[in-house]
Amino acid sequence: MPSASPSPLHQAVLRRTILARHLWALVRSAFPHSSTSIFAPAGTPAHSILSLSMLVLGITAAIFLIVAGLLLYAVVRYRHRASDANAAQEPAQIYGSNQIELAWTVIPILIVVLLFLATARIILSTQNAPRPAAALDVTVVGHQFWWEFSYPKLGIVTANELHIPVSDPKHPTPTYLTMTSADTDHSFWVPRLAGKMDLIPNQINTMWLDPQAPGLYLGQCAQYCGVQHAKMLLRVYADTPADFSAWVVRQQQPAVNSPDPQAAAGRAVFQRSVCISCHTVSGTVATGRFGPDLTHLASRETIASGSVPNTPANLRAFVDNPAAFKPGALMPAMHLNQRDLDALTAYLTTLK
Amino acid sequence: MSQAAVIPQTIPWVLPSRGVVGMACLIIAESAIFTIFIVAYIYYLGKDTSGPTPRQVLDLPIFTTLCLLSSSLTVHLAVSALHRANRTLCSLWLAVTVLLGGIFLGGTAREWHKLIVRDGLTLQTNLFGTTFYSLVGLHATHVLVGLVMLSLALIFSLNGSMTAKHTGRLEVLSLYWHFVDAVWVVVFTVVYVLGR
Amino acid sequence: MATHTPAPADINQPAGLVTYAAPRRLLLDVLHDWVTTVDHKKLGLMYIGYALIFLVIAGFQALLMRVQLSLPNNTFVSPQTFNSLFTMHGTTMVFFVGMPILFGFGNYLVPLMIGARDMAFPRLNAFSFWISAFGGLLLYFSYFGASGLYGAGSAPDVGWFAYAPLTARVFSPGHSTDYWTLAILLSGIGSIGTALNIVATTLCMRCPGMKLSRMPLLVWLYLVTSSLVFVAVSPLTAAQIMLLLDRYAGSHFFDTQAGGSAVLWMHFFWIFGHPEVYILILPAFAFANEIIPVFSRKAIFGYPAMVAASVGIGFISLSVWAHHMFTVGLGPGANTFFTLATMVISVPTGIKLFNWLATLWGGKIHFTASMMFAIGFLFQFLIAGLSGIMLSVAPMDWQLGNSYFVVAHFHYVLVGAILFMLFSAFYYWFPKMSGRMLSERLGKWHFWIFLIGFHLTFDFMHVPGLLGMPRRIYTYEADRGWMIWNLIISSGAVFQAAGTLLFVYNMVWSYFKGPIAGPDPWDAWTLEWSTPSPPPAYNFAVIPTVESRRPLWDLKHPDDPDSRYE
Repeated sequence: MPSASPSPLHQAVLRRTILARHLWALVRSAFPHSSTSIFAPAGTPAHSILSLSMLVLGITAAIFLIVAGLLLYAVVRYRHRASDANAAQEPAQIYGSNQIELAWTVIPILIVVLLFLATARIILSTQNAPRPAAALDVTVVGHQFWWEFSYPKLGIVTANELHIPVSDPKHPTPTYLTMTSADTDHSFWVPRLAGKMDLIPNQINTMWLDPQAPGLYLGQCAQYCGVQHAKMLLRVYADTPADFSAWVVRQQQPAVNSPDPQAAAGRAVFQRSVCISCHTVSGTVATGRFGPDLTHLASRETIASGSVPNTPANLRAFVDNPAAFKPGALMPAMHLNQRDLDALTAYLTTLK
Repeated sequence: MSQAAVIPQTIPWVLPSRGVVGMACLIIAESAIFTIFIVAYIYYLGKDTSGPTPRQVLDLPIFTTLCLLSSSLTVHLAVSALHRANRTLCSLWLAVTVLLGGIFLGGTAREWHKLIVRDGLTLQTNLFGTTFYSLVGLHATHVLVGLVMLSLALIFSLNGSMTAKHTGRLEVLSLYWHFVDAVWVVVFTVVYVLGR
Repeated sequence: MATHTPAPADINQPAGLVTYAAPRRLLLDVLHDWVTTVDHKKLGLMYIGYALIFLVIAGFQALLMRVQLSLPNNTFVSPQTFNSLFTMHGTTMVFFVGMPILFGFGNYLVPLMIGARDMAFPRLNAFSFWISAFGGLLLYFSYFGASGLYGAGSAPDVGWFAYAPLTARVFSPGHSTDYWTLAILLSGIGSIGTALNIVATTLCMRCPGMKLSRMPLLVWLYLVTSSLVFVAVSPLTAAQIMLLLDRYAGSHFFDTQAGGSAVLWMHFFWIFGHPEVYILILPAFAFANEIIPVFSRKAIFGYPAMVAASVGIGFISLSVWAHHMFTVGLGPGANTFFTLATMVISVPTGIKLFNWLATLWGGKIHFTASMMFAIGFLFQFLIAGLSGIMLSVAPMDWQLGNSYFVVAHFHYVLVGAILFMLFSAFYYWFPKMSGRMLSERLGKWHFWIFLIGFHLTFDFMHVPGLLGMPRRIYTYEADRGWMIWNLIISSGAVFQAAGTLLFVYNMVWSYFKGPIAGPDPWDAWTLEWSTPSPPPAYNFAVIPTVESRRPLWDLKHPDDPDSRYE
């Protein structure tokens, strides 16, 4: 018959557990939360990798505890102590044992088989996942040092900030990324959503994302691609279906043709400078493909591939001298005079 | 006391020759290098988007191949002759080997001349050009080095420096030459037979 | 230690020989002697000395990187400088520290352990050393030479594995990449030469009675290592010839703009690169196989299994290379195969670890400085192997590959296993090489200080990887939560530097003032301990004949020799 109140032992254990939890929370608060932790999955690939990781961690932790435990025991128990009676004698010389060798060959083989089967299952399920009809197609092209995102079926081209719809597990709407590179190798890594996949020139790679909660997911290039590899950041916005449709509609518009006189002056500066040889602003003469599409530049939260907040002051400084933010970025300093620079900045901030 | 120093060597103790083992190691390493060039050749077969293809420009180099392969036989005969202390015969067979190898190189030069001048195929033309010239060129370089060594051996045979007691060393050189021929068999098969 | 039989009398001094002290020589004569030597012992010491100099240089490069990474958006060094630092640090450590120091020990020990007077090809030995040394100097000349993109003098900045097409002329103008290519090409030739020498020496110059099954395990492991060099270094040589042709002769091996393949470079590089790390670890295993038994006072457990496992590791290591390419898009079939092959290699590796454990078991362990480093090796290699198993699981590698988790894993192997075992080997064989003992007291300080630094840095380095920090970034954003971990990692570097300096001091001081070692200070059992310390140029006055795996054990225990049990 269970007693009405918990036993003293039970109470003691409970108190210690609560204490341990508080301590753990305290310890964790000393270490700031990470926005790119693989332990906070928000999409199916990241979830399945984390589950597999827990199994692997469990197995390897068990192996560690057993083997390290035995090592520690051996090192302590079999110390040479000068005070021992037979300290001067050599210990018994044991040359080997076939049975023991067999045992510690067979057991690891069994562990390997187990681990391999569990792994093969996840490899196949991730890489051979069937593609639902409602999937969104995005083409990703890696550049030194920025990301080009285009939505072929929607007629949208943008850069560095990827907007994709949230995917409801009951009615999945994943995003399929078809990826390649225009120059060196890059790698697309947003840890909370999925493992990474490389962008290789002259080769097409694919992966899929299905963020299950709306929000901003951070990542960055994970394959050394040159001087500014560290600043080739990723921002993936998982939008609710309504937000995503609205974003698509806005992005599908040609560039805003602002009547503001300073913006018009800035547009003139843009179109007579070499800007147009690298950048596209749809609906104008600027059709350059070497640099990011600027049609809706002002709708982005950051510039310089996620590394600089998109404010007029930063924009102005960047156009004046990109190397101040990203030394080695392939955009040259534009050497404009102050008046042209002001006008140009005003123009760019109208490109919503 | 150290018995180790005093045990009489009544046990028979025969170990392989250093030269043969050393050459075998070199052959293994060189085979690995050739394998990579052959893999590159095979990997890029059919991937050209422009330029001449193997089928269009390559003719089977039957005659030069026969020369090179028979030079393996002649170098073996040279080694046997030296072993029997027949210096004249050894010099003769070495000279024939060098001649046959030289014919092979000359044939390769003629083939390349035709490819470059008539067919417009160079290292830079396309992937076939890149992989063909580098693979065949690597082999030809090895043939050249072998010919230089064989010529030196020929000179030493002619002036009397190389005698029967040096048979082991000539044999090690002949191993290298056999290796060069074996590589040609593979290259010939991959480039001129399978790849065309 | 057992002393019922005196250590074997110096068998190199036949009775009645008078020795005399040679007169002091001019410095020039000494230099000439060393520069023209073909003696395997002197060449071995030159390899080791050369590697230690580069260890300090590359260690300093690591310190600079750690300062830069301690804070987000730090400006201690420029991006270009940082990128050169990690390239030079990796290239130097692998090719101009790891390879020379391990081949230096091999050069010194293999002939002595098999009862030979020198290597099979002494002049090739000298040539191999000098061409490797030249390669290292060439790499560092790039700091001065190079007409790089950013002004006079620029060291390579393409990463130690120099992926294409970043190394193409269009993305890496100037000559910095060429210095990388040529330096490694030359060092590769040197490695192949030394490996050839080791194989020929081992197969052709063993003393009478030393069948292959009686060779010390160190010699077996160097045999496997050298065989791996032939089939692993050559692909890199081939790939670098292709890269040079691409850069200067207009070929298209890796020219993606003309249909070439970036992935092909990766395949060729990793067909070299993975066996390369086994080339680095197998000599560490070799040292463990000699040192752990002596300080446990027991024969190695399972000699035949150890041989089989070592050979097995050599073979399997050739089949796992694409586990460095799990994120490249090879497809599920390839990813599955390479996961399996990589997991399989853990079986023979585990067998070795268990055999070392069994050697300790039932022994009488002496905690000399050498043994302490060896025990550190055992624990740390276990951990490194387990993190390797995690990375072999391809989906885990999709998250953790190219992140600081990988950097932590391979430094755990390179520093925690290989460098620790190297320190152990130094404390063990320095007496033989110099005739004097290293200070045990300083050695223990070295051990503890270095151990603390190692764990501070490389235990905590796993965490940023788990939190999404990629490798080869000169800085990071403040909002990622990586700073605290980077600070802890950097703090450990200071301890490691201190420990290393203490070690260098120990060596220098002990060389001049250390206690005289005698031929056999550790009461060990292999043939090198039967010569004076240091051995004379000819090693053995009379070539010994052996009847078991532990010839000196047989001499010291004539009532219970090993030969009875083999």
